[in-house]
Amino acid sequence: MADIQRGEDRNKELDDPRGDGRVPTVICDNVHIVYRVHGAGSGKGSATAALSRIVTRKASPNVREVHAVRGVSFVAYKGEAVGLIGSNGSGKSTILRSIAGLLPPESGRVYTDGQPSLLGVNAALMNDLTGERNVILGGLAMGMGKDEVREKYESIVDFSGIQEKGDFISLPMRTYSSGMAARLKFSIAAAKKHDVLMIDEALATGDRRFQRRSEERIRELRKEAGTVFLVSHNNNSIRDTCDRVLWLEKGVLLMDGPTEEVLEAYEEFTGGK
Amino acid sequence: MSIVSDTTHNGAVAVSAPENAPRVPSVDGGLSLPELATKYGLTVSGARPGLLDYVRQLWGRRHFIAAYSIARLSAQYTKARLGQLWNVMTPLLNAAVYYLIFGVLLQTNRGIDNFIAYLVTGVFVFNFTQASILAGTRGISDNLGLIRALHFPRASLPISVTLIQLQQLLYSMIVLVAIVLMTGELPDFSWFLIIPTLVLQAIFNIGVALIVARLGAEVTDLAQLMPFLLRTWMYVSGVFYSIANVVKHLPTWVGWMLDLNPAAVYIDLIRFSLIDSFTPAQLPHHVWLAAVAWAVIAGVGGFVFFWKAEESYGRG
Repeated sequence: MADIQRGEDRNKELDDPRGDGRVPTVICDNVHIVYRVHGAGSGKGSATAALSRIVTRKASPNVREVHAVRGVSFVAYKGEAVGLIGSNGSGKSTILRSIAGLLPPESGRVYTDGQPSLLGVNAALMNDLTGERNVILGGLAMGMGKDEVREKYESIVDFSGIQEKGDFISLPMRTYSSGMAARLKFSIAAAKKHDVLMIDEALATGDRRFQRRSEERIRELRKEAGTVFLVSHNNNSIRDTCDRVLWLEKGVLLMDGPTEEVLEAYEEFTGGK
Repeated sequence: MSIVSDTTHNGAVAVSAPENAPRVPSVDGGLSLPELATKYGLTVSGARPGLLDYVRQLWGRRHFIAAYSIARLSAQYTKARLGQLWNVMTPLLNAAVYYLIFGVLLQTNRGIDNFIAYLVTGVFVFNFTQASILAGTRGISDNLGLIRALHFPRASLPISVTLIQLQQLLYSMIVLVAIVLMTGELPDFSWFLIIPTLVLQAIFNIGVALIVARLGAEVTDLAQLMPFLLRTWMYVSGVFYSIANVVKHLPTWVGWMLDLNPAAVYIDLIRFSLIDSFTPAQLPHHVWLAAVAWAVIAGVGGFVFFWKAEESYGRG
């Protein structure tokens, strides 16, 4: 169904790629996200107190609600690269997870075209396993088929460059230096194509040479992806990548507009460059 | 450029009142955001798929589930010098402890022929269910990092914890078969009954693991309570004694309950398969029917129950 509708818009898009016929790929409609944190109480956690709370049906003070995103709305279009900025804890990563459908909003809705995915695979990997098995496991975890993983295996390992210093791929990942592990993780994560690609900061890891290579790879992925979201504290990488920036502060969308204007305001807010 | 440009200028717009649903300019002008989403065929992100779709997605991830289970199991002993040998050593040591206490110290048999084989079978088979449920309870909360990073049907996690336990049980079965042979049993045709029994038990375990995974994700205290519930269950499941010998002194309905207990059903079926002196007369009534019924009820019920909360597991 989506394809038919997009087909109708395709002509408009070709005539006027940045104009009125823009195709939305991600719509956030007044999204609120609340984390519930257990065990956040301030020590008044005696057993009798807990029991009396159960009897009187009062909410436990040990459960604290953190309202991480408060009513964010925006529309992202095909071909856009959107930067997310804001100080630590302003809700940038949270909203990315919500767009990816990994964290359900408390209220409001996120509409997407297909399945957006976060670039990153670290959570599925196991340090006690060899690099080789982690490449396979990571690929499968990202939703690749068995054959696809086998097909891409060589290029993932080559890209990571961890074989340059000897046969490390057959050693457990816990024996890798932190740089080597980061390189392998990036190589696995970057092996998959995404319709809506979301990148959550600090991806260019490893030595200078690998950084350059991974930046190039991200650029490739961006070209393949319809829409890109980038969370970063590095204003320069936002400038390089994005043509639109959302500025979040305390979970509220403070500003939304062209990169230069928003970054200028943000730099003023944070006190100089 | 900006999304809130009902206004004429094309610059950045400070979004002061996020509660007001922004309108979309030009061609799509006047559409609310949900209407815009409908127009371009966008779907709600993270929405729960239909049951059939969910099954299809899960099937699509079967290689991941298998790889993840095997990886978790083999990551377990990589730091030990004996490595994977511990998969066999652990059940062997377990059996040795029971032999020492019941066979050597107490010299009890509680009116059961080949008590050691009887006991070890009970312990290993019950442990399969017990460990699956225990791991299932923490299946969501322990993997929250994975759930919040990657997209896959969440039922993969409780299923994979059960498959991990199934692999451990298969190692235990090697030990069990060795013990059974040493205690003088001879292999015969009935040994093949182990296969359907374990398949049914595995389905039952997956079902229960799915149920407790959802409950454990919603009520985190369940992880603390579960060991006690499981221990109680073990004591009524005839692991250390013969239910048939006990029920004589009990009201009939209690006997019925004990006989229908799924753990007892699966344990007795394995005993029946392996041990010659365990006669069909010792099996509960309608034992195969009960074994199939429990697998179907728990399997289907657990799957639907887990699926109903699919979209909420990332909340933690």
